[in-house]
Amino acid sequence: MRTNIFVKDRVAVVGAGLTLFRRRLQETPRELAWEAARQALESAGLTFDDIDCIVTGTAPDAFDGLHFNGEYIADAGGFGKPTVRVYVGGGTGVFVPVAAWWHAASGLCDTVLAVAEEKMSPAHPHPQGVFAYIWDPILERPLGPNLIWIFAMEMRRYMYKCGAAKETIAKVSVKNKRNALDHPAAQAAANITVEDVLNSELLVWPVNRLDISPVSDGAAAVILARENEARRITDSPVWVEGIGFTLDNTHWYNRELAFPRYVNYAARMAYKMAGIERPWKEIDVAEPYDPFDYKELHHIEGLMLARPCEAPKLLEEGWFDRSGELPTSPSGGLLGVGNPIAAAGLMKVAEIFWQLRYEAGPRQVKKPVHYGVAQAWGDLMQAGTVIVLGN
Amino acid sequence: MSSRSGRPQPGWVNPPGHYLKRDEMYSLVGLVEYPPRAKYLFSAGQAQSRFLMGLKEGKILGTRCPRCGRVYVPPRMYCEYCHTHTLEWVELPGTGVIHTAVISYIGTFRERRKEPVIVGVIQLDAPGYTPGGYEFAGLFHRLCGVTPEDVMSGRAIGMRVKPRWRPPEERRGDINDIECFEPIEG
Repeated sequence: MRTNIFVKDRVAVVGAGLTLFRRRLQETPRELAWEAARQALESAGLTFDDIDCIVTGTAPDAFDGLHFNGEYIADAGGFGKPTVRVYVGGGTGVFVPVAAWWHAASGLCDTVLAVAEEKMSPAHPHPQGVFAYIWDPILERPLGPNLIWIFAMEMRRYMYKCGAAKETIAKVSVKNKRNALDHPAAQAAANITVEDVLNSELLVWPVNRLDISPVSDGAAAVILARENEARRITDSPVWVEGIGFTLDNTHWYNRELAFPRYVNYAARMAYKMAGIERPWKEIDVAEPYDPFDYKELHHIEGLMLARPCEAPKLLEEGWFDRSGELPTSPSGGLLGVGNPIAAAGLMKVAEIFWQLRYEAGPRQVKKPVHYGVAQAWGDLMQAGTVIVLGN
Repeated sequence: MSSRSGRPQPGWVNPPGHYLKRDEMYSLVGLVEYPPRAKYLFSAGQAQSRFLMGLKEGKILGTRCPRCGRVYVPPRMYCEYCHTHTLEWVELPGTGVIHTAVISYIGTFRERRKEPVIVGVIQLDAPGYTPGGYEFAGLFHRLCGVTPEDVMSGRAIGMRVKPRWRPPEERRGDINDIECFEPIEG
């Protein structure tokens, strides 16, 4: 794969903001987006007038029950500006800053507001019903599937191929929910044990209730700026060193489920741009996408932070703890902070931003940090989005 | 702790938002209910319509790429790797191995099922095509004659299976013309 790394300008993240992540929030989608945008602007010392372009992200419209929901939330950055919505399902949260990056790197905009929002609570009787629309109407929906099936099938294959036990995988959930105790926006922070995970409601074996992130409402925002502008705004810009995104086909049952090729391709693209040759050594902190606990391990391997099937062993050794060699999901991830789909991915990018500025407070990882990676995944096991940041 | 610039850091101040408990939400002023009324009728397209007609006759049909030789089940009208028109139709024996299998206790709307159902991915035998280790011809379907113990112990994975067809008079040209995939005896 060849990527053009000779971009016009370096781009930095200069501010980030979040709302609470909760099962139900009173705020409307646009109010949430505005709150997150306002926080991001305040943290960068900017106002709406300073923003040139807007990139919005929100996952399936069916959750909010509104078409063109991206346009509804776009006024979080004001009108009369170039605005675009990007969408790759769960991968949207990281795709939003990726798209914001090319707006600035191309020289088109000096400053870009990237905002992502998700409100899952309107869908009744349960948001799970809305996920029915992701399945192929001809060959999959007639079988009466539930979204969790596809994850369970992938998790089972991963367990089989890598010899990973449910007890080991549950430790991701334990770690992330514990990390989230230090996150002020967290919805599902808890001190739980592996037994709690294994004894929680069995939904689709091998998936129990506590193997999964919760249903959430919430929003997140970051501000990106071209180099000259970024240096005016802050003394500690966090550079976007590399971006990557790829798509595989929708025929998820026509390929090996134990390894996420789409994430791997996106990661290789981002590392190449960042000049990173040995990610397992050069990346200091990572936010791999963790809607399910096994997914974090699966994505760690896709991101080449561990060899295929090596992540469960490293997890057991505490490698991925906040005090470990390569802390993953120090924020608490989707399992701990919550999973308002598009906003959750952007929350991960915001966490890497705070980690690289040493501003994560009680969540700050023990080791010194230079490079961090955030990643999300979406659609039918097919979309990978990756961003590498450096300080 | 404050940032180097002295400005507030939203990474750790109180994030905005008003949480609603379940009963609080349902007693809100201005809570609007809207049940969508929509019905979709999907045509199955060029390739899958023929596949569904094949199911009605008790056959599993696929397409073969003239350039790379990949066999597609479910069939595609074009090769996703070569972008060529896949005009050649092949009939598969229907046999295959289980790639992955799970036990579902919930239905589409997260309701508990009375009886759990076992579903999985079946990698189909495609004579003349050796998969390259990543993609393969296969279907997603129910599994019967496979026990929860088979699934949990891992015995199910790699098990040889074949389709159990519904009686010809009950077939409608639908993925459910296959009742499930079941282990091949012996």
